[in-house]
Amino acid sequence: MHRRGGGAGAIAKKKLAEAKYKERGTVLAEDQLAQMSKQLDMFKTNLEEFASKHKQEIRKNPEFRVQFQDMCATIGVDPLASGKGFWSEMLGVGDFYYELGVQIIEVCLALKHRNGGLITLEELHQQVLKGRGKFAQDVSQDDLIRAIKKLKALGTGFGIIPVGGTYLIQSVPAELNMDHTVVLQLAEKNGYVTVSEIKASLKWETERARQVLEHLLKEGLAWLDLQAPGEAHYWLPALFTDLYSQEITAEEAREALP
Amino acid sequence: MAILLSQIVFIEEQAAGIGKSAKIVVHLHPAPPNKEPGPFQSSKNSYIKLSFKEHGQIEFYRRLSEEMTQRRWENMPVSQSLQTNRGPQPGRIRAVGIVGIERKLEEKRKETDKNISEAFEDLSKLMIKAKEMVELSKSIANKIKDKQGDITEDETIRFKSYLLSMGIANPVTRETYGSGTQYHMQLAKQLAGILQVPLEERGGIMSLTEVYCLVNRARGMELLSPEDLVNACKMLEALKLPLRLRVFDSGVMVIELQSHKEEEMVASALETVSEKGSLTSEEFAKLVGMSVLLAKERLLLAEKMGHLCRDDSVEGLRFYPNLFMTQS
Repeated sequence: MHRRGGGAGAIAKKKLAEAKYKERGTVLAEDQLAQMSKQLDMFKTNLEEFASKHKQEIRKNPEFRVQFQDMCATIGVDPLASGKGFWSEMLGVGDFYYELGVQIIEVCLALKHRNGGLITLEELHQQVLKGRGKFAQDVSQDDLIRAIKKLKALGTGFGIIPVGGTYLIQSVPAELNMDHTVVLQLAEKNGYVTVSEIKASLKWETERARQVLEHLLKEGLAWLDLQAPGEAHYWLPALFTDLYSQEITAEEAREALP
Repeated sequence: MAILLSQIVFIEEQAAGIGKSAKIVVHLHPAPPNKEPGPFQSSKNSYIKLSFKEHGQIEFYRRLSEEMTQRRWENMPVSQSLQTNRGPQPGRIRAVGIVGIERKLEEKRKETDKNISEAFEDLSKLMIKAKEMVELSKSIANKIKDKQGDITEDETIRFKSYLLSMGIANPVTRETYGSGTQYHMQLAKQLAGILQVPLEERGGIMSLTEVYCLVNRARGMELLSPEDLVNACKMLEALKLPLRLRVFDSGVMVIELQSHKEEEMVASALETVSEKGSLTSEEFAKLVGMSVLLAKERLLLAEKMGHLCRDDSVEGLRFYPNLFMTQS
């Protein structure tokens, strides 16, 4: 590493800093850092012991993973923040979730042209499981959510939208504000939504409903059906269950990342 | 003290960090004129924050999200006023969706008792120790904040690496190389090596998502977390490596070769669009052999620079050469 101000200048600066500490007579972070270093070593040992007994449990048991994650969240620790963290290194949780992240990205990319970049958690789950094959570790929906939350750091536009007891996963940087989200939630019941439905359920003006629907059309998240009985239906391919009994084609897989 | 669910517009989560608890931010409609008297008559904020010092935020968020979707209050007579002294509610909410699944798992958990409870006990003990580490790091972080300028670079680097090991969020604002550590610096150098050729093969630019997949597929084990990748990439420029991280207005993040000049690519993009009269991102992507994501960014940049105009309709976003500029 190339240190800034290397050489005599840095040494002098360090001496000055140390002199300052002594001068103020303060118990600097230094003491606590030393303490932390020691405790860190002890913790590492405890974790190794835990891992030797229960690593398999975490690997095989999605519910236990949930417990583990929840407890970490409670105390303010993110076991997935870095592959270099103890949790990742010793419990292997990191690799599990980071690889899942890759698989999620690939599935979303392969299906994007069908659904505009919006997919239900169920469908994502199914496709990911298919991709992983028979002998791979079990993956729960909770696992997917956690992996996706981590993916947000990549600036990809990954979003998680709660709808009717489940979630829609957004994988493209389409701007979806609260109005769009609420309409998506409304559409979840039947897979489509109409202007009248929006006006009745949400008490919006026609213009507001139209704007939201136009935006969804533009972003490729909704399809316009002018031949539906009554008024125009706006369908959300993300919510079609029939569409998803189809496999990802070889071409779609090729379109996804190398 | 209570707020009607119908007052809620939107909710979002905020993760816990050092010195702050996990929160749920609840955005509200403006208060109705007939609102009950409460702790405050009015507020300049249109939201409240619920703080979860211990735990419960995940479950609370899920249930509240569900209520927001079901909107059962819309089926209730409007005149029903808020009762502050509710007795225990008769019956429970029918467990739907993920909440229902979690509950079933809870029961199953209780069944397959033995192994789990030992693991769970051990886990709880471990977490107590982990919590001590968090408290200690909070205390150190506070000292650092108080003594801005008195802590050495070495100590900062050490502290950051301890936080990294434990997975504790880094509050240290004093930046030598962003929020990265030694580890991230090494990683940055590795990435420069690994990505040189792939970048050249892809016209000098790749989205961070592509990089994430490429690098982790190649590694097979000891994978990088998304944050590891981002923190390493933030250091590329400072370390004078031949790649850099770039963030577009849309929030899309890419890695570019230093030699790559996106603004120059814009000139050739303009030519391509002019030749065809007009193009959408998908059409342009296909012609040029780029991902749609990056194609869109290039066209947006061209628009920002004034070379292209957009036609935004329900049929999609189409770009035209900006004749206002060229024919004035």
